[in-house]
Amino acid sequence: MRPLTPRRILGVSLALVGVLFIECVISLRLGAYPISITDILKTLYYGVVGHWDNVPDEYRSVIFGIRLPRIALGILVGSSLSTAGAGFQALLRNPLADPYVLGVSSGAALGAIVSLIFAPHVVGAIQIAAFVGAAATVAVVYFLGRRGGQLDTATLLLAGIVAASFLSAAIMFLMTTLSGRDLRGMAFWLMGDLQTPPPIQNVPAWFAFLFTIFLVAAGAIYTTASDLNLILTGEQEARHLGVNVNRVKLVVYVAASILTGLAVSVSGAIGYVGLLVPHAMRFLFGTDYRLLIPTSIVGGAIAIVLADTLARTIAAPTELPVGAMTALAGAPVFIYLMRRRVR
Amino acid sequence: MNAETHGAGAGADTFTAYSHPPAVRLKAEQVSYAYSATDRTAPKFTLGPVSLEAHQRELVAILGPNASGKSTLLKLLAGLLKPLSGRIEIDGEDVSAMDLRTRAQRIALVAQESEMLFPLRVWEYVLQGRYPYGRRLRFETAEDCLMAGNALAQVGADALRDRWMDQLSGGEKQRVILARAMAQQPSLLLLDEPTQHLDIGGKVELLRRLRRLADENRYTVIVVTHELNLAAEFSDRIALMHRGKCLSIGSPDEVYQPELLEQVFEAPLEVEMRSTGRPRVLLRGRE
Repeated sequence: MRPLTPRRILGVSLALVGVLFIECVISLRLGAYPISITDILKTLYYGVVGHWDNVPDEYRSVIFGIRLPRIALGILVGSSLSTAGAGFQALLRNPLADPYVLGVSSGAALGAIVSLIFAPHVVGAIQIAAFVGAAATVAVVYFLGRRGGQLDTATLLLAGIVAASFLSAAIMFLMTTLSGRDLRGMAFWLMGDLQTPPPIQNVPAWFAFLFTIFLVAAGAIYTTASDLNLILTGEQEARHLGVNVNRVKLVVYVAASILTGLAVSVSGAIGYVGLLVPHAMRFLFGTDYRLLIPTSIVGGAIAIVLADTLARTIAAPTELPVGAMTALAGAPVFIYLMRRRVR
Repeated sequence: MNAETHGAGAGADTFTAYSHPPAVRLKAEQVSYAYSATDRTAPKFTLGPVSLEAHQRELVAILGPNASGKSTLLKLLAGLLKPLSGRIEIDGEDVSAMDLRTRAQRIALVAQESEMLFPLRVWEYVLQGRYPYGRRLRFETAEDCLMAGNALAQVGADALRDRWMDQLSGGEKQRVILARAMAQQPSLLLLDEPTQHLDIGGKVELLRRLRRLADENRYTVIVVTHELNLAAEFSDRIALMHRGKCLSIGSPDEVYQPELLEQVFEAPLEVEMRSTGRPRVLLRGRE
């Protein structure tokens, strides 16, 4: 018996963080304006310690103004989606569940499209509208998904699927009213996109705000990690073993929905990450949620930063939507993993 | 099954236990329950009121045809359903007033079959039984591993510990599920039709093991089963259920009255008393 220890969790997570760091440096290197790896590391160091005098202005604006915010957004979105995916897979006891299965992304997209129609030039309106759309969907699906006062897995899944298809139909209907330029923006948004600039000037404050929400929601899911391990072997059995199943389901539902809403409202619906990354991490590190959640957090970040780096360099100067990239790269990997699982 | 070989071992201990009756472990007093489709409609099924007592080291079998309320009674005893009326106590403590983890430290319910979403190793599964003893995120201690290891050894599944749960045979899986329940260190062990997916050899082995565990670990074991003869052979006491009522409770020879069994199971049955003092049920052939 080799039970999981905090040391192992820390070791594996730090190793993945190392991989993510190397990937970020490579991603910072790639782009139209050439900067050497040494200069990138120097700029990062002086930026972090606050010695801006040692940094050329163009490096500062390219790295801290353009490339780093995009990577930070990628990390936030990737981590949020894969944590939410891992949470929904346990909550719905379904390996095919992803963050969008309960219609959250469709709700967010509908909010975004409504703001594009009614307030196209208001800064930050699209993010707020998307978050409101996601939250409203979460609330409706929650009330539809209850039976006998408790969240019922099958009913919740059906309610989510019905809500998603209803909202998608509403989106299709509204899209016919958009002009050509807005339509292209909307299509990019439905596929997922990390190009949207932060809606406020103070970029560090914006990211501090987003990452705080992320930490609270992901932390809430993490507190239920050992309960989720038991729920995965059966809800009834988890109850026998002393798990407060209803409380755990509520916490995971709310927290995973917040994470999905957070990701969708800043980047659109980027597919496959929330489905694929938790499975890849299970495949690599086992099914224990105490290890799976931290590895999914870092793994999701690695996946999105990689996909975005590819999306903006493969056909440069044209940028592909990052959502298309995750699906293009993710689908074959997922099929491979799925085939391997069949014994 | 050779009853004499069994009777020499566990049976003798049982009778010793009877001569010095230990304290009552489980006490259910006038417990009732009702299922209805919605809050407003009349109940579809009602149970009880049922009263039942079980002592330390006792093996009690709950028998009855389908839909007689056996599993409902077991769920009530496990604290998973709240009785409409009556009271269930373990060692004098009210089950419905216990918090979830305390309850899981006293009562272990062995499920019929574990439905796993992602594959687990046997040792990981058995360690889950230690959940009620930990705090949030609980990382397993050396003591947890020791308990899980002992439980696996007691059910003779030590060699299986590194196998995957979904690669075990029915009998092996049943033993591992039992080991997880034992890792909870309960005083009351409840089993819902544990013999369902086992062949005859596996059924006898399981009941013999339960008998031994009741004696060695001082468990009170309650088994819901359809196996009339195995129940007669291994249990100290039998509760016979029919349409939500408990018709008879007592030792196997008291409960196994041919007319009563025929009425309950709606089948032509004969009861034969054996030299061991335990009855045997036979299907009456066509005349």
